[in-house]
Amino acid sequence: MRHIISILIENEAGALSRVSGLFSARGYNIESLTVAPTEDPSLSRMTIVTAGTERIVEQIVKQLNKLIDVVKLMDLTEGPHIEREMMLIKVKASTMAQREDVKRLCDIFRGHIIDVTSSTYTIEMTGAVSKLDSFIEALAEHKIIETVRSGVTGIARGDKSLHL
Amino acid sequence: MELSGAEILVQCLKDEGVEYLFGYPGGAVLHIYDALYNQEDVKHILVRHEQAATHAADGYARATGNPGVVLVTSGPGATNAVTGIATAYMDSIPMVVITGQVSTAVIGSDAFQEVDSVGITRPCVKHNFLVKDINDLAETIKKAFFVASTGRPGPVVVDVPKDITDPAIKVPYHYPETVNMRSYQPTLKGHSGQIKRAVDLLLAAKKPMIYSGGGVVLGKGSDELRQFVRGLGFPITSTLMGLGAYPASDKQFLGMLGMHGTYEANMAMHDCDVLIAIGARFDDRVTGKIAEFCPDATIIHIDVDPSSISKTITVDIPIVGSVPDVLSEMNHLIENSSKKPSKKALSEWWSIIDGWRAVKCMSYDQNSDKIKPQMVVEMVHEITKGNAYVTSDVGQHQMWAAQYYPFEEPNRWINSGGLGTMGFGLPAAMGVQLAFPDSVVVCVTGEGSIQMCIQELSTCLQYGLPVKIVALNNRYLGMVRQWQEFFYENRYSHSYMESLPDFVKLAESYGHVGIRIERPEDLRAELERGFAMDNRLVFFDIVTDQTENVYPMIAQGKAHNDMHMSPFSAPAQDKERELS
Repeated sequence: MRHIISILIENEAGALSRVSGLFSARGYNIESLTVAPTEDPSLSRMTIVTAGTERIVEQIVKQLNKLIDVVKLMDLTEGPHIEREMMLIKVKASTMAQREDVKRLCDIFRGHIIDVTSSTYTIEMTGAVSKLDSFIEALAEHKIIETVRSGVTGIARGDKSLHL
Repeated sequence: MELSGAEILVQCLKDEGVEYLFGYPGGAVLHIYDALYNQEDVKHILVRHEQAATHAADGYARATGNPGVVLVTSGPGATNAVTGIATAYMDSIPMVVITGQVSTAVIGSDAFQEVDSVGITRPCVKHNFLVKDINDLAETIKKAFFVASTGRPGPVVVDVPKDITDPAIKVPYHYPETVNMRSYQPTLKGHSGQIKRAVDLLLAAKKPMIYSGGGVVLGKGSDELRQFVRGLGFPITSTLMGLGAYPASDKQFLGMLGMHGTYEANMAMHDCDVLIAIGARFDDRVTGKIAEFCPDATIIHIDVDPSSISKTITVDIPIVGSVPDVLSEMNHLIENSSKKPSKKALSEWWSIIDGWRAVKCMSYDQNSDKIKPQMVVEMVHEITKGNAYVTSDVGQHQMWAAQYYPFEEPNRWINSGGLGTMGFGLPAAMGVQLAFPDSVVVCVTGEGSIQMCIQELSTCLQYGLPVKIVALNNRYLGMVRQWQEFFYENRYSHSYMESLPDFVKLAESYGHVGIRIERPEDLRAELERGFAMDNRLVFFDIVTDQTENVYPMIAQGKAHNDMHMSPFSAPAQDKERELS
């Protein structure tokens, strides 16, 4: 099953490699990993999307907790949560028909065209992974030049939170 | 007080009460070595190879319970130390390893003797640090000792760039008394509700079994374990790493379990209805086939490391906490409980166990005209009156030492269980001998293993370490040969050792005593002669039977009740196979 694990980790050199090294050394699956500092500059927030049996995910959580740099951790998928990913996608749009259709799809999916040339549109879109996947599918008739996805970030709904 | 980084480092070690520092100098640590000069508090032991520095510190730590400390230079100094660091990591041994590093200004430029020590050691340390500011140095050293020796212990590397130790740069020195890390708070006290559930289950058990491990030794929980076992009257087995935590001579002790465990211990594991694992981690050499591990048992597991729980074997009652804390709480509950273990059920269980014991699985040929390795270990046990510290290397001799030298006390049996590092025995013995100069320290080894760190004979002479090396010389890499006999139809691929040195002359050339023993009738007298030399290192080169195997043996991936038995043990009552 797919799990989204949120981690507060000391914002120190090498902290990221401790986490990624753990996944590769123990053969755990890693779908995406994002990391950036929080409002407290001494802490980074990391979001890892992984998949495995309950037993493996339990070990992943325990092994992550065991890393000295990991301060706190939460499996977002255990409760109601919001997940978001940002995508930048560059699409060929040279003919009038292409430009109109891409624009229409972009509007339907509530994306924004953030860069325009005579032959391309670059679209920014945010949403759950499934929405971004659907948009890519919707563009099947078009030529995608480049796709950049940020990886998943997430946060718990309601009062629940991951903080010190 | 203003000190340079090098002086700070040495002062930190003094303040930490470090007795011995095992190391080897080199460019990146020259400032530190200069600060070590002309001071007596921290005694530096100059090894002959950095691997030996880590093993010696490791041996010191295993015997004393205090962290071992190592100082090596950058580059090859650090990479040579890695085997010893990984060895300590796999067995959860507290150790602080200070590695020199090139100056901060040139890190990343492929400078002379530069390696990414933090990167290389990351997967085999509990934690590591790169010191980038002299003002962080003292606190980092404190953190290193704190992390290494608390919770589930382990090695910690501190990488110190050369410019941090520059004698020209001095800063105020303050060594913190304590250190608090928000991201590291090990749980020591077990959950009371879980402990109560566990005790209820134990008191209702009909065929209980206690499986204790290295965590009892590391957690200093031997007294609590003894009280626990005696209070319940249950049988107990131990892992390789836990030997000595419970006295081997006690009638409740069934011997070691696992791949080369006793028949009675493995059978009792297989048939038990309640199993309590104490400071043990269900290693694959212990469990055998996972699907058939303790098929009828409800399992309780005490461990200070949550990640050890339900890693390979799913347990029913996990208890995260330190062994002595949890066991004392259990002992208290057991003493004050109105329920007692069923005498009738226990006596039936013991009579089944006695039937397994009657197989005498440790029997071997007593009338051979060749020296039997088991006999050597038994004789060493007799001569040392069971009081020696015994280190070993890895292979058949390691198993024979574990099987035939019964340990009565913890911290006496020093071996590389997890990583299985050949070359560990001699340097580890140096560390033990330094910690206990008046005790007998024996290194049981083979002619293969001993050559992996043989250069340390020189260190032993320099510091007058009278280690007794018992080399069971069968001219084979014995355990490899045994597997090739059992599982590769006698194809002895590269397991035979030709062109061995004359170990007697070798020992003598290093300034020690060498004794070669070739006939069983000479064994006792020659061993006694060597062991009587209190102040000399004696290298016993003992020519043993080449064909001897370690029994019993559970083949890899087989269940506990599926053992190869010694041809000299009595026929088993059940369905065991005998290997001719």
